[in-house]
Amino acid sequence: MENILQQIGIENYIYLSALLFCVGIFGVLYRRNAIVMFMSIEIMLNAVNLLLVAFSTYHQDAEGQVFVFFSMAVAAAEVAVGLAILVAIYRNLNNIDIDNLKKLKG
Amino acid sequence: MNTLIAIAGLGIICLIAEIFNLRKAIVPVTIIGLLAVLGLNVAEYNELTQLAPGSKRAFYNNMVVSDFYGVAFSGLFIVLTIFLVALSPDFHKERKAKLSDFVAIKLFLLAGAIAMVSFGNLAMFFLGIEVLSIALYVLAASEPKNIKSNEAGMKYFLMGAFASGILLFGIALIYGATGSFDTSAIFDVAITGNEPEWFFIGIVMLTVGLLFKIAAVPFHFWAPDVYEGSPALTTATMSTLAKIAAMAAFFKLMRSMNYQVPGSYITIISIVAILSMTIGNLTALKQTNVKRMLAFSGISHAGFMLMVFFNPPAMGDILFYYAAAYAIAGIAAFAVVLYVCGNKGNEEIHNFNGLGKNNPLMAAVLTCALLSMGGIPILSGFFAKFFLFNEVLHTGHIAIVIVAVINSIISIGYYFKLILAMYTQDATGEKQPVPIMYGAVAVISILINIAIGLYPSVLLDLL
Repeated sequence: MENILQQIGIENYIYLSALLFCVGIFGVLYRRNAIVMFMSIEIMLNAVNLLLVAFSTYHQDAEGQVFVFFSMAVAAAEVAVGLAILVAIYRNLNNIDIDNLKKLKG
Repeated sequence: MNTLIAIAGLGIICLIAEIFNLRKAIVPVTIIGLLAVLGLNVAEYNELTQLAPGSKRAFYNNMVVSDFYGVAFSGLFIVLTIFLVALSPDFHKERKAKLSDFVAIKLFLLAGAIAMVSFGNLAMFFLGIEVLSIALYVLAASEPKNIKSNEAGMKYFLMGAFASGILLFGIALIYGATGSFDTSAIFDVAITGNEPEWFFIGIVMLTVGLLFKIAAVPFHFWAPDVYEGSPALTTATMSTLAKIAAMAAFFKLMRSMNYQVPGSYITIISIVAILSMTIGNLTALKQTNVKRMLAFSGISHAGFMLMVFFNPPAMGDILFYYAAAYAIAGIAAFAVVLYVCGNKGNEEIHNFNGLGKNNPLMAAVLTCALLSMGGIPILSGFFAKFFLFNEVLHTGHIAIVIVAVINSIISIGYYFKLILAMYTQDATGEKQPVPIMYGAVAVISILINIAIGLYPSVLLDLL
C-alpha cells in the first residue's frame, strides 16, 4: 500500500505549513488585540509542529515527533507568562489594546 | 554537564528555602553555591585538558557536549550571575518577600544560558534559548504596578515569541533537509553539498531569530523600549548575560553546522554588522536616558561581535574575550547606575550631575567602565577591539575595520556625555551612602576588567 505522504508529496506539506506560518505572522503584525496576537503566535508555533511531524514521517524518524512535545511544552510555558503580563496590564489600564502601550519612546 | 544540573538544583533549593522561612540565607547561600559550581566548571575544564586537543565529551546521546568553548563561556556566565545575584538584595529591598523568586529566576536563566553554549543537539539549543527568554519575560515585567515595566514585558514577550517562532521554523526546515537535530550529523550533510534548498532557508530563518535575540539592526527596535522600561537590574541582566549568551550560541551554532560559511552569508553578516554599529552609535548620541543609551551601545557592540563570523574557526577565543570585556564593564556600569538612580524613579543623565565630587570612587568606576566599552587602552575593552580588528584585517575585510574604528570614535562621544555630567556639573541632590554590595560589585568587576586588560592571554588561552 502506498504511503499517504508519498501520494500527497512532502512539498505540499511545506507549502501548507509556510502558509499557516504566514497567517500567524500577519496576525501578529496587523491585529491590535493582545489576545488575538497571542493566538497568532500559537498559529505560528503550530505550523512549525505540523512541519516537524510531516518531516518526521518523511524521514521515518521519531526525533521530529519528540521535538514537537518540547515545542508544545515551551509554547504552553510562554503563553502562561504572556497571559500573566496581560492580566497585569489589564489591572493598570482596564483594557488590553496594544496601542495604549506607548509610554516608552525616545 | 554537572554544572547545568547543579545550577538547576540550586534554583530549586532557592525556592524551597522560601518555604522554610530562610529568606535571609538565600543570597549568601546562592553566591556560595555559584562559587562551588564555578569550581565544578573548572574541574570540568581540567578534565577536558587531559583529553586530546580539540576533542569533546558528549553526554546523553550527544544532547549535551562539553568542549573548551562551552565550558569557558559557562564560567563567564556563572561569574556574571554571581554579580547579578549580589546586586539583588539591595535592589529589591522594598519587596523582600519576593527575593527568592528573583534569585531563583536568575538561576534558571543561567541554566538556560549554559544550555545554549553546551548543546550538541538543536532540541537542547531550543530549550536553552526558551528557558533564558521566558525567565527574562518574567523579569522584565516584574513590577506589576508599574505600567512601564508592563509595557516592556509585553513588548519583549511579543517580539521574543515572534522571534522564537521564526527560529523554530528554521530548525524544522533544517531537520527536514538533513533528517537529524544533531549538529554533527547536520554538519556531515552540510559538507557533502547536496542538501535541498530548504536547508539554506532554515539557516537564514535561524539567523533572523538569533539576530532578534542579540538585538542587531534591523531587528533591534524592541531593545531600547524594553531596556528602558524594565527594572534596572533586569536591564543589567539583559544587556550583559542574555546578550553574550545569545551571541555565543549563535557563533557555536554557525560554527558547528556549516564550517565553510558561504560568501553570500558573509556579505549579509557584514551589512548587518555595519548597520548595527552605525545606527546603534548614532542613535545613542541623542539619548538622555542612561538605560536607553546603554541599549543602543549594546546594539553597536552586537555589531562589533558579529565581525567574528569572518573567520569562525579562529575567532572563538576573540569572541570570548570581547564578550568578557563587554559584559564585565557592563556589570560595573550598571552597579553605579543602580546606586545613583535607585530611588529617583528615572535614569536621566542629569541624575549623575556632580557624582565626581559626591562620590569619587563610584564616579571613577563608571568612568572606567564606559571607557572600557568605548575602547581606551589599559582597560580590557581596548584589547578586545584590538584583537578583533587585527584578526578581521588578516581575513582581508579592510573596509569593515575602517567603519568599526570610526564607530569606536563616535561611541566615545556619548560615553563622554555621561562622564562630563559627572565631573563638570554641580550636584543637584545630596550625597547618599553607597549600599555595600553595590560598591563591592562595582569595584570588583572593574578590577577584573583591568586585570584581564593587563593579562589578556589568561582568557585567550582558555580555548
